[in-house]
Amino acid sequence: MNEFMLIFRHEDGSKTASPEQMQLWMKQTMDWINGIAAQNKFVGGNGLPFDGSKVVRHNGVVTNGPFGEIKETIGGYIIVKAETVDEAVEFAKGSPVLQGDGNSVEVRKIAKGDGLH
Amino acid sequence: MQVVFTQPMMQQDLIPHLFRTEFGKITAVLCKYLGIAHITAAEDIAGDTFLLALETWPYKGKPANPVAWLYTVAKNKARNHVQRDKLFTEKVVRQLPGDPALLHDTDIDLSDKNIADSQLQMLFAICHTSLAAEAQIGLALRILCGFGIDEIASALLTNKDTINKRLLRAKEKLRAEQLTIALPPATAIKKRLNNVLRTLYLLYNEGYYSESNENTLRESLCMEAMRLTQQLIDNELTNCPEANALLALMCFQSSRFDARKSTTGIMILYNDQDARLWNQQLISEGAYYLQQAATGDTLSKYHLEATIAYWHTFKEDTTEKWTNILQLFDHLLLVEYSSVAALNRLYALAKVKGNEAAIQAAAALDLSENHYYQVLLGELFTGIDNTMARTHFTTALQLAKTAHDKIVITAKLAAIAV
Repeated sequence: MNEFMLIFRHEDGSKTASPEQMQLWMKQTMDWINGIAAQNKFVGGNGLPFDGSKVVRHNGVVTNGPFGEIKETIGGYIIVKAETVDEAVEFAKGSPVLQGDGNSVEVRKIAKGDGLH
Repeated sequence: MQVVFTQPMMQQDLIPHLFRTEFGKITAVLCKYLGIAHITAAEDIAGDTFLLALETWPYKGKPANPVAWLYTVAKNKARNHVQRDKLFTEKVVRQLPGDPALLHDTDIDLSDKNIADSQLQMLFAICHTSLAAEAQIGLALRILCGFGIDEIASALLTNKDTINKRLLRAKEKLRAEQLTIALPPATAIKKRLNNVLRTLYLLYNEGYYSESNENTLRESLCMEAMRLTQQLIDNELTNCPEANALLALMCFQSSRFDARKSTTGIMILYNDQDARLWNQQLISEGAYYLQQAATGDTLSKYHLEATIAYWHTFKEDTTEKWTNILQLFDHLLLVEYSSVAALNRLYALAKVKGNEAAIQAAAALDLSENHYYQVLLGELFTGIDNTMARTHFTTALQLAKTAHDKIVITAKLAAIAV
């Protein structure tokens, strides 16, 4: 069994969302993760707030967040267990993040030191 | 490997509208804490609190007590907000029109009592005479009811920009007025209460008569207006016969929610409604508040409208019913004239004295440009003079503005025997 990280890339929508809308997203995200956990395939995850984020550049310059140059940024991730990347992609397709136009979920295999892959 | 959720976060779903409800509570308490000039900061802190919930609950599981979690986070964020900017604090303390001791109180009070008090005090602040009625309604929906800008725009059939500008101007005005968030003194409460009741009445009507297709949203508006009116009644300083009469009116009107729209979303007019769908619970609650309203010597327009609405809860057309309704409309027109009331009086008149009498009375009204007037005349003439009926319905069709009205009128035209 492999582990994959599903990385959510989206715009910061917090400024315009209503409380009702946020509650709907909450429910959808919980339902999605619960569905994965119900198959015992959920390993963990975190939301990554935009608030207070910094970028440290190679010359030591620290800037506020990566938002100046790229429009979309990482809002969170989960780690799932899956046999194949295709199985992980099927999980990713259910993410409510994808309802947002231009949003995406990146699926990345987590490296294992067994040399089999 | 991390612990897998063997019993994943299969807790019960969140209470419907939990965030919306809590937004209103948190924002009111924080407005009171920070002062009227900082409404936007209060909104932002409440919004950020839900955002943090969104960023943690799905991954770590919903907290055992979601509301307590929200309050703790909101308090922390509010404290950070105040501490982050020392200048801000000093400025607020110096300018604070209310009680400066509040700011030194490190514990922001999110008890049920303080939430209820803060919401009621904010209601009075928002219903200030310096604000236009539409600004009061917008602010009430945002600050007290936790609606988003999109939702307000959709419910009031306008766009986001308009609502944003309206709210911004209203907040600036409140700041300029340097209002204290508190109930007015006993000597002024009666006058201020009239403004509050008027805003709640308009808020309810926005929901009840809105042309918006968003049925759930419209009903939410009505429910919120009822909740705020209930808050007035629950506080002995603001409980008054007029507030009880207004809540009675809202209960009677709301009892017909399920009956007034078909499965396809088309509005069903009173006459064609299935009375079995009327909500008897709301009707009896309305009767209770109408009884509570019958104290003192005031007979407000809310009393009259509530009593008219009460008679409408009897489906059967009796002479007693329509005679009473006609008298009540006569009285209502004396208290406050409106073309809607004048047209409804004509309808009652037709029920009591016959269509010809109503047609004669209609001629005295200067409402020929009003499409409801033309529809009513069309109905009164139907069966008496179908050519006249068709003429009036055709005029109504030309005057009607919404697609829904046009559908209804076209159906009436088609129904007249050729």
